[in-house]
Amino acid sequence: MKFLALVGRTFLRFLEATGRFSLFAWYTLRHTFSLPVYWRQIGRQAVDIGYYSLPVVGLTTLFTGMALALQMNAGFSRFDAANAIPTVVALGITRELGPVMAGLMVAGRIGAAIAAELGTMRVTEQIDALVTLSVNPYKYLVVPRFLAATLLMPLLVLIGDIVGIFGGFLVSVYMLDFNASHYITQTWEYLEVHDVTSGLWKASAFGMIVALMGCYNGFNSKGGAQGVGAATTNAVVSACILILITNYLLTGILFAS
Amino acid sequence: MHRNAPKIALEGVIKSFGSKHVLRGLDLEIAPQESVVVIGGSGTGKSVLLKSILGILTPEQGSIKINGQETTNLSGRAYDDHLAKFGMLFQGSALFDSLPVWQNVAFKLLQVQRMNRKDAKARALDTLAQVGLTPDVGELSPSELSGGMQKRVALARAIVADPEIVFFDEPTTGLDPIMADVINDLIVKCVKDRGITALSITHDMASARKIADRIAMLYDGKIIWEGATKEIDHTDNPYLNQFIHGRADGPIKMQVHRL
Repeated sequence: MKFLALVGRTFLRFLEATGRFSLFAWYTLRHTFSLPVYWRQIGRQAVDIGYYSLPVVGLTTLFTGMALALQMNAGFSRFDAANAIPTVVALGITRELGPVMAGLMVAGRIGAAIAAELGTMRVTEQIDALVTLSVNPYKYLVVPRFLAATLLMPLLVLIGDIVGIFGGFLVSVYMLDFNASHYITQTWEYLEVHDVTSGLWKASAFGMIVALMGCYNGFNSKGGAQGVGAATTNAVVSACILILITNYLLTGILFAS
Repeated sequence: MHRNAPKIALEGVIKSFGSKHVLRGLDLEIAPQESVVVIGGSGTGKSVLLKSILGILTPEQGSIKINGQETTNLSGRAYDDHLAKFGMLFQGSALFDSLPVWQNVAFKLLQVQRMNRKDAKARALDTLAQVGLTPDVGELSPSELSGGMQKRVALARAIVADPEIVFFDEPTTGLDPIMADVINDLIVKCVKDRGITALSITHDMASARKIADRIAMLYDGKIIWEGATKEIDHTDNPYLNQFIHGRADGPIKMQVHRL
C-alpha cells in the first residue's frame, strides 16, 4: 500500500508540475504578443544569449565537425567510400549535431544563467518589487529572454553549421589528404536547403525550451542559496532532456517522407 | 471608527498556505495620511498582510478596500491602476542589481510612465537628494552601497512617483541604531511632507514609536490590539506588554524545536 501511495503521490506531483509549466508557457506566449514591449531588455538578452554564446557554440561545433570527419574516414575507408565524407559531415552537422550540440551548450550556459538570475531575484524579492512598481515580471523578465533565445538560436546554429563543416574540411584536407576544392564541391552539391532549414527549426525550438525551463525554474525557486542552486540544476537538466526528446520528435516530423 | 472614510480597510481577511492558517479574519482600517505600524513576532503574517493588500497574494476570504473600492481579484488595467497608488520599501531593499542606482530610483518613471531618460534621471537625483544621497551615488551599482544607503535608495524608489500609499516592510532591520534612526526620520519626513498614507511592519519598537501615529499588534492571524502610539505604554494587554518589553515569559509562546 505504501508503495502504491508513493507512486500515486509522484504521479500527482508530476501532473501538478506539468500543469504549472503549461500555465507558465501560456502566460509567456500571451505576454509575448501584447504591449508594452521592453526593447532595451530584449536587446540586452539578445547580446547575452546570441553574441556571448558564439565562442562556446563555435568551439563545440568546430571540434564536433573535426571528430565526425575522423570517424567517417575510419568507417567509410573500410568499404572504399571515403568520398562521401564531405556530404556526411555536412548532413550530420546541419541536420543533427549542429542544433543538438548548440542546444545543449546553450542550455548549460544560458539556461543556468537565467535560472540563477531569476532565482536570486525571486528570493531577494526583486520580482515582488517589479510588481509593486507596476511592471509585469513576465513581460519584463521572461518575454525578452524567450524572444532572444527563440530568435537567435537559429542564427547561432547557422554559424555553428558553417564552423562545424569547416572543422570537417580542416581534418579532411590537412590530415586525410582530401583535395580542398573537391571537398567544397562535394559539400555544396549534395547539401539541400531543407537540410539546413530543418536544423534551424530545431534550433528555434531548443531556444524556446532553454529559455522557458530557465525562466520557469528561476521564477519558482524557493528558499535561499540552496533553492537557487536547485532551480539552476533543474533548469539545465530538464532543458537537456527536453532538447533530446524534442530533437527525436522533430526529426520524425521534419523528415517524415 | 475613523471620522474620515478609511484609505485602506480590511475586513475578515483570511489567508492560508496549505494547512498553515496565516491570517484568520484580520480587520484593520487606516485613515488618509495616517501612519500605522503593525507589530508582531516573526511568522505572524505581517508580510502576507502587505502582499495581500498589494494583490501579490489573493486572500481566500474577506474584503480589502482602497479608497472605498474592493480590490481583491482585480485584473488587467484595474490591477495596474490599483498598483499605481502604491510605493513599497522592502525588507532587503530589493534593488535591481543589474541597474545603477539612479535607474533603480527612476524605474517606474522610465518603464511605466515612459518619461524620457533625461527628465527621469533629474527627478531620480532630486529624490535621492531628499533622502540625503549625493548625485554621484546615482551612478553606483546597488552592490557598492552600504545597507543604510541601500535603504535610502529603496525609500527614494518608493516615493519617486508620488504614491498615495507607501508600505514599509521592516525598514530598519539590519541597520545600526543611528542609521535606523536616520531612516526613521526620513520616513517621517517623507510621509508628512508628501501627505502619504503609510503602513509599516516591524519588530523594532523604537522605529514603531517614531514613525507611527497608531500601532496595531498582529498575533495569531488577527489584530489583537490597536491604539495611538502614546497609549502603548499604558495598556494592560498581556500580549502587547510581553512584546514591547521583549520578555520570554508571557502568553506568546515561541515555537522552539529542541535538538
